[in-house]
Amino acid sequence: MADKLFGLIDLNWRFELTKLKLIRNLFKSRWFPLLAIILNLFVFVIILISGLIGGFSAGNYNFGIMIVWILWWVMLMFILVPIFSRAWCLMCPFPVFSDWLQRGALFVVTGLKLKGLGLKWPKALKNMWVMNILFLVTTFFSGFFTVRPLATFILLGGIILLAFLIGLVFEKRSFCLYVCPVSGFQGLYSQFAMAEVRRKDPEICKNHKVKTCYVGNECGYGCPWMLTPFNFTKNTYCGMCLECFKSCPHDNMAFNLRPPGVDLLIDEKRGLDEAWKAFIMLGIAMVFFLTMQGPWGFLKDWVRGASLKGYLTFISLHTAFSLLIVPAIFFFFSYLSKSFSGAKEVSLKKIFTNFSYTLVPLGLGVWIAFSVGIVLPNGSYILHIISDPFAWGWNLFGTRSVPWTPVFTGALGYLQGAVLVLFYLFSLAYGTRLSKQTYPTEEQAKRGWIPILIFLTLATLAFLWLYIG
Amino acid sequence: MKSHKVTKSQSHMKSIRAIIIFSFIVYSLWLIASPAEAAERFFEIKAKKFSYTPNIITVNRGDAVKIRLLSEDVHHGFFLDGYGIKTSAHPGMEGSLKFIADKPGRYTFRCSVTCGEFHPYMVGYLVVGPNSRFWLFAAIVLVIGIGSIITLNRVKKTNG
Repeated sequence: MADKLFGLIDLNWRFELTKLKLIRNLFKSRWFPLLAIILNLFVFVIILISGLIGGFSAGNYNFGIMIVWILWWVMLMFILVPIFSRAWCLMCPFPVFSDWLQRGALFVVTGLKLKGLGLKWPKALKNMWVMNILFLVTTFFSGFFTVRPLATFILLGGIILLAFLIGLVFEKRSFCLYVCPVSGFQGLYSQFAMAEVRRKDPEICKNHKVKTCYVGNECGYGCPWMLTPFNFTKNTYCGMCLECFKSCPHDNMAFNLRPPGVDLLIDEKRGLDEAWKAFIMLGIAMVFFLTMQGPWGFLKDWVRGASLKGYLTFISLHTAFSLLIVPAIFFFFSYLSKSFSGAKEVSLKKIFTNFSYTLVPLGLGVWIAFSVGIVLPNGSYILHIISDPFAWGWNLFGTRSVPWTPVFTGALGYLQGAVLVLFYLFSLAYGTRLSKQTYPTEEQAKRGWIPILIFLTLATLAFLWLYIG
Repeated sequence: MKSHKVTKSQSHMKSIRAIIIFSFIVYSLWLIASPAEAAERFFEIKAKKFSYTPNIITVNRGDAVKIRLLSEDVHHGFFLDGYGIKTSAHPGMEGSLKFIADKPGRYTFRCSVTCGEFHPYMVGYLVVGPNSRFWLFAAIVLVIGIGSIITLNRVKKTNG
């Protein structure tokens, strides 16, 4: 019997977009996504220049700040991740220089042997922990890079340089897979996405002895993310570079539309690293809201480093809250879940890890609601900065004089409330299923689910209170 | 098998209907709830990089609100979400606003004059009570939470 989300949407439903000839040809062309990357690179050059010459001025009239922290962030949270999975990775310009160096070419396939040292990434770090820590550390400077152009320049320049250096030393896209601070949360939330890259017919892959999607051929490179596209089951680590579409001689790769969140039920590579990513994202959302959209001046002084003592207090509390307190609260409810279920044979670690995936929809909703609160009041600055990207008095599109205009901010509370409720629903829908996966019997699953449901309800109410209460 | 499928779908639809009806009732009650007697309220708000004092002001629906804005350092603005009204103040030159707080909920007031690097984050809250928006969504969340447990039990019993 079909398992239906909310009793309405069959979880096995798929629509293969690459059935459309235009899209299939696009995905098989070597021009794509290279053209998108080059276009993006051009935008990032402007961002970096505007960051460098923007100096210490207020960021709301700076091209780099507005494009990165308003437009890019909102696109990422509203459209790219929830709908198209890791579509940003597809067009991300950060690793283009190391790709170029390793391959010796930008466009053509030069051979299977890549340049650079090509060292293997340390086994102990083949997880999300480095990304977790780097992303958390990056947020320590949120009071600088979201408002000061030079700080954005340093941050982005640093990431591009790091991507290049890691590409010199380690094999393929080790940087994207294990280091990039932006990659981790995209991977986590892409499990909710409404699109996926998957193989079509497993029999074709089984009979295809040379796995060209992994090793590459004259049409495409072997998976730069070092994955095995012939048996993809979830989105988390697929950077959607589309090389597997090019290297598969049987046209057996598909780009599907699907119901949101189905990856959450795939019990593969679930681990504490991904669980902590979910906790950290929730913690950061709360801290960001308090410091950016909250009315408390002393918190803003802490975050912007008005005094060293305040800044260190912010870092300490932020780290303790995101890394320890949120997981500790969730651990307590996981313990209650085990106790309620009466299933002694199920480990607490399994309960803790499995149920942490219920935080993926809720976390995504929390971030979307947060981002609505950023873009509606501040989005109109974009009209100004696209006309005058370097603050040199240009008026390229005639929009330089458009005044700051908050849009629909009267409805902000309704929008944020509705988003939180919607994603809470998704968390519950997948939570009940995760409970059935976690516990051996239906009765245990039902009982063990109740504490987690209470946690999710309390977390949603907490964010509701914070955002609109 | 088929009867199970129908039962589950019907159960979900019933729950959704119940949530919608309950939410509508709660919201209607909030809307028709007679507010506390309307009064005249006066607030003197001081703006200083990058916060307001007081940073949260609470009034009742229907109150006539008068705001005097003072700046303690540079030129600051005051834009009130939802009401779309604004004023500004230079040091030594105050701004003022008058309005009827006829929209319940929490609204952000924000600096409308670029005043420094943290300018986009310089905000305060006006809470027009009762905050029906928050209570509406909180009620929906609670109803969904409780409803989901009831639904799970009901589906199980029907199947059994």
